[in-house]
Amino acid sequence: MEDISLYILDLVQNSVAAGATLIEISITEDIQNDRLILSIKDNGRGMDSQTVKRVTDPFYTTRTTRRVGLGLSLVEAAAQACNGGVYIFSQPGKGTEVRVEFEYHHIDRPPLGSMEQTLVTLVACNPTIDFVYTHTTPVGRVYFDSREVRQKLGELPINHPEVIEWIKEYIKEGIDEISGGGGA
Amino acid sequence: MKTLKELEEIRQRALESVNLRKERNGTRVVVGMGTCGIAAGARPVLLAFLEEVKKRNLQDVIVTQTGCIGVCRLEPMAEVYRPGEEKVTYVKLTPEKVRRIVAEHIVNGRPVTEFTIGAADQQ
Repeated sequence: MEDISLYILDLVQNSVAAGATLIEISITEDIQNDRLILSIKDNGRGMDSQTVKRVTDPFYTTRTTRRVGLGLSLVEAAAQACNGGVYIFSQPGKGTEVRVEFEYHHIDRPPLGSMEQTLVTLVACNPTIDFVYTHTTPVGRVYFDSREVRQKLGELPINHPEVIEWIKEYIKEGIDEISGGGGA
Repeated sequence: MKTLKELEEIRQRALESVNLRKERNGTRVVVGMGTCGIAAGARPVLLAFLEEVKKRNLQDVIVTQTGCIGVCRLEPMAEVYRPGEEKVTYVKLTPEKVRRIVAEHIVNGRPVTEFTIGAADQQ
């Protein structure tokens, strides 16, 4: 994976597969403490503590097409290489939160990449799932909530091409405004 | 600056021109979004499909995603389903290839054979 926005796109697929209807993605650029923190929180079916222990093992997967699962193990390797790690909180029936931490200024930390492209891909492909995106830097905060968008749209589907274009621009403008406090 | 208010304008404009595609049986494009697909470049491929659909104002084309399609070495992959026709699986996609597939296959009905999985397996 080239950048963090692609890791996020990949991790959110787990939430989609877990039957989530609401997925909250947050990025915190905590420059003061030299941390970059990602969180993906869903209301999907969740996991028991046994499963949580095994999910970052590349030889554990719930898929039936083959015997390896790389998503979480790749992120863990990337995070550990930057003095960080992956922390998973989950309970059956209550959903899952995956938290990933990196040392912000670590030389091996992947760049953030294009979060607007990741979000647009998610919304366009999963029009029945709601997404909340919060991105905080020392300069400010971007907040996007697809439920607000839906409310304005009424009967128009959220994956209408013009709406998708609007979402992309909205998020991109927001991120541009809060960038520059340390350079992601 | 983009505001939520603009969404209301989009809504009014769009609802006038779209007769909401409910039971219409259109083309479905399914992009493989497993870890393998994403790492190989599925996101720009999917965005290229969305962009072409918007540019050409194609009303009955749905772009969606699935997990790993199963042949990771040929990612990024996409499947095109047109009503009454056999599924066509495209492999090793790029945004440039997507533009040709939309023009030749989705709009004009002629699959781009050289980008399909059948052609890749003969190499």
